[in-house]
Amino acid sequence: MKIAVCINHVPDTAAKINIGNDRKSIDTAGVAYVVNPYDEFAIEEALKTKEKFGGETVAISLGSDANKETLRKALAMGIDEAILLKDESYRDSLSVAKALADEIKSQNAEIVFFGKQSVDFDNGVIGQMVAELLNYNSVSNVIKLIIEGNKITAEREIEGGKEIVETTLPVVITAQKGLNEPRYASLKGIMAAKKKNIIEKIPANYQNNVELIEMKKPASKQPGRIIGTDASAVQELIRLLKEEAKVI
Amino acid sequence: MANKVLVILEQRNGKIKKSSFEAVKVASEISSRINYETEAVIIGNNIENIEETGNYGVSNVVHFRNPELENYSTSAYKKILLEHINSTNPEIIIIPGTSLGKDLAPHISAKLDCGLISDCIALNYTNNELIATRPIFAGKLLADFKVTSTKKIFVLRPNVFKADKISDMKADVKTIDVDNLDLSTKVIEIKKTDTKLDVAEADIIVSGGRGMKAPENFKLIEELAELLGGAVGASRAVVDAGWRPHSEQVGQTGKTVSPTLYVALGISGAIQHLAGMRSSKYIVAVNKDKDAPIFQIADYGIVGDVFEIVPAMIEELKKVKSN
Repeated sequence: MKIAVCINHVPDTAAKINIGNDRKSIDTAGVAYVVNPYDEFAIEEALKTKEKFGGETVAISLGSDANKETLRKALAMGIDEAILLKDESYRDSLSVAKALADEIKSQNAEIVFFGKQSVDFDNGVIGQMVAELLNYNSVSNVIKLIIEGNKITAEREIEGGKEIVETTLPVVITAQKGLNEPRYASLKGIMAAKKKNIIEKIPANYQNNVELIEMKKPASKQPGRIIGTDASAVQELIRLLKEEAKVI
Repeated sequence: MANKVLVILEQRNGKIKKSSFEAVKVASEISSRINYETEAVIIGNNIENIEETGNYGVSNVVHFRNPELENYSTSAYKKILLEHINSTNPEIIIIPGTSLGKDLAPHISAKLDCGLISDCIALNYTNNELIATRPIFAGKLLADFKVTSTKKIFVLRPNVFKADKISDMKADVKTIDVDNLDLSTKVIEIKKTDTKLDVAEADIIVSGGRGMKAPENFKLIEELAELLGGAVGASRAVVDAGWRPHSEQVGQTGKTVSPTLYVALGISGAIQHLAGMRSSKYIVAVNKDKDAPIFQIADYGIVGDVFEIVPAMIEELKKVKSN
């Protein structure tokens, strides 16, 4: 069985994000990049699936040379093969999904893992789009996964609870925090990953259906009032919430 | 010729959700701006309050019915919607951004090969073009987008657009019994969590952080949330420590929320947390560190001990309520 995991290289969640001069991209000066946090759960689940059923794992990332750092991390965690779809132009989600679907198809992967969303553009759509393009089943926001033969039982998080979903392979799973505990790369893994080759490919160029016009800073919130420093301030706080903010 | 705005409604347990009425309101505003028709579609079995959609501005609702459709099925729902979209050819499709809508919308977008913008917090016409604004980097920035394909899908963040009734009109409901369902993905069970309200849908959120010191102290937060009719939220630190479930996490790797009132208790306000809740309308913070970043965005702050202040808040609210 071939198991694919699609991963993204994103600014660290602790980074302060500033807009670049073109107003359509961010200023990357001084910004540290990491593996998209949700993709770590996807990598871990790909590794666990291989450990259980055998097969081969491949990590795929679309972006610039910088994404190699994230692919290298996946290799260090134990992924067998890494592919960089090299493209630095702006692509909308569907165009990214098409390029990833092409590669997954050529890899003949039967089970595909994604993080439920990438913490840069936060769309949370690419996994399901890839499933649709490949005509695979899909379950998004997964917090528990059981594979038995051809059968998939997954728990997905919904508002106020979870849904238990049944489907079959081939399948795309998007990982939510809680699915597993991502492992740390071992020293041996890190050393081995340095020697592994990252395969570079140029993906097909698909037309965008969504155009980014500009990025903006959200209106800055003015710090409010410090009402007090002990329980005697509570009465005034409740009064303000009731009479001024009118929220209770 | 496509001259329709289609709004996809969602029901749970046979009742249309509030976020769907928000979507109807947005769809009808767009339709009246460009002189299109609005149509709503809903999938389920027995649904109580379909006619009520008329109050929010849609006169025609198509209800696809089958007992097997009571719970969500990605495969069955998308098949029905794609057939309906292909036969009625709407130009604009509005979907509420719930866990169901967020799962369904990208399938439809990929199949129709059309542009999708998720998590919209504003939709405005500028120079006759429909521009969507959405948060990126969990709200650290906003971005304006437009869809260039003929068909356009917009997924709305719940709780942002207001669902005010605009008339007493009842919608005409056309019920279609469907068979030939594609149940290749199927929800076989729904497990509800004990907490009554989810942070993503709540209008009031009471969140606790590391300053709560121990998991058992969250009973104070639960009590306050219950008194306020709100949901319990948590910072990443307490979720990672295993004190609270991940479903309650607010912030960049949790949920991004926009309630009317956000109460942050013992939360210092890491950049990831602030990103996830900064668009709340009113923010109250209680923390003993006067320099905590949470006070930079709080409307009302108390610099003090949560174990002294939260019980006082509970007492005061009980008093206010009994009056």
